[in-house]
Amino acid sequence: MADNTKKKSFIGNILALPNDNPKKTIFVAALLCLVCSVLVSTSAVILKPLQQVNKAYDIKKNILAVTGLLTEGADVDQLFSQFETKVVNLATGEYADIDVASYNQRKASSDPVQSVELSAEQDIASIGSRAKLATIYVLKDGDTVKQVVLPVHGYGLWSTLYGFISFDADFNTIGGLQFYEHAETPGLGGEVDNPKWRKQWQGKKAFNEQGERKIEVIRGFVDYKVAGAEHKIDGLSGATLTSVGVSNLVKYWLGDHGFGPYLKKMRAEMGK
Amino acid sequence: MASEAKSNVLDPLIDTNPITLQVLGVCSALAVTTNMMAALMMSIALTTVTAFSGLLISSIRNHIPSTIRIIVQMTIIASLVIVVDQLLKAYAYEASKQLSVFVGLIITNCIVLGRAEAYAMKNPPMLSFLDGIGNGLGYSLILMVVAFFRELLGAGKLFGIQVIPVANEGGWYIPNGLMLLPPSAFFVIGLLIWAIRSWKKEQVEAADYQIHQVHRTEVL
Repeated sequence: MADNTKKKSFIGNILALPNDNPKKTIFVAALLCLVCSVLVSTSAVILKPLQQVNKAYDIKKNILAVTGLLTEGADVDQLFSQFETKVVNLATGEYADIDVASYNQRKASSDPVQSVELSAEQDIASIGSRAKLATIYVLKDGDTVKQVVLPVHGYGLWSTLYGFISFDADFNTIGGLQFYEHAETPGLGGEVDNPKWRKQWQGKKAFNEQGERKIEVIRGFVDYKVAGAEHKIDGLSGATLTSVGVSNLVKYWLGDHGFGPYLKKMRAEMGK
Repeated sequence: MASEAKSNVLDPLIDTNPITLQVLGVCSALAVTTNMMAALMMSIALTTVTAFSGLLISSIRNHIPSTIRIIVQMTIIASLVIVVDQLLKAYAYEASKQLSVFVGLIITNCIVLGRAEAYAMKNPPMLSFLDGIGNGLGYSLILMVVAFFRELLGAGKLFGIQVIPVANEGGWYIPNGLMLLPPSAFFVIGLLIWAIRSWKKEQVEAADYQIHQVHRTEVL
């Protein structure tokens, strides 16, 4: 901006004024804002496609990781193409007939038209409202379902945790749980990313034989000699509130207001 | 000129270090030093912002009305930070996810505004640029040292690579969870300041007051 001062123009005349002149103050402020806003918006617009690619890639990677398909150095896009993306109506458990690619569940969650308010009693995951429709990912082998990946989210200690939970073909055995976005304390609540802890979810049963939701994260270690251990996960030491949060969000999303109806319907279909 | 340029870059490393001597930018030094990778990305981001804010502010310093100078400085700094944040999201997505909100908080980092106000407003652009680089590097140095101790003792790792086998995974080292929490950075920075001032005595500040023994004359 200083380069323009030499010109005997309108700008030059204003810049020649003393610095405490109100005219110059307003002019400098306006010019600076203009230059800065151009700089910021240019960088945002130019870099947006790259950022979206990164985000989409990250989510795909997490979906693969939660199903155990992700291997070191694998082609994420190619692996991901095995999945079928579907949208489920949470209230009925039916697949919804809408354009899957354009539906954004996270956006819908905060849109009053596309979401439902949750009462304090229902809202154990502290999410306020949830979208009526949810995007899920189904891994099929021919016509038979092999795994299904459901999105989950809920409040931990500091942040909302966003992640995926996967189920085997019986829609009861958990294949894995993984969070792709959270801001819990590294080393404490952040241990939800610890592979060793995540591994515990594998093979756990979400529901008992009567179809009641039983899965929970407990405090301390699971005693495998006691009945019901297949529904329990060790709590994270030093991260009681995050553990409770994870427990609640899993309970919520597998419950009647989450994917409960869908899972029930799918289990019934499997039984036939 | 050449010697000033050199001292602008080298002095802030130890002699006038922004964290240990000026005690600026401590907030982010607590927050992003749980692992060395995050600390490194933060260091690069902050050094870039400090250097370019120095350059830009200094180049228009003669036209900044003094009544709105802080706002002008903040606008420039904030714009630079947003650009850096966008760049990180586009080219270093993993790192930007880890740093999350702290990139945005560079705007409020006292080092950036402090150098803009104290140096860039009075000195030519190139020198201000170098001053920014120097202070950024001084900040980076402390950040890396703090992160080294916190990641090593808190998780047994360096740059995410396990160097001490931890008990969780069958090793012998039981990680010190406190090292992963912000207060531990206070201890590490405090010890660093102590070490540096024991080595460089001229950094020790004169006491604000002195305790005298008063001889009372009146009878109690």
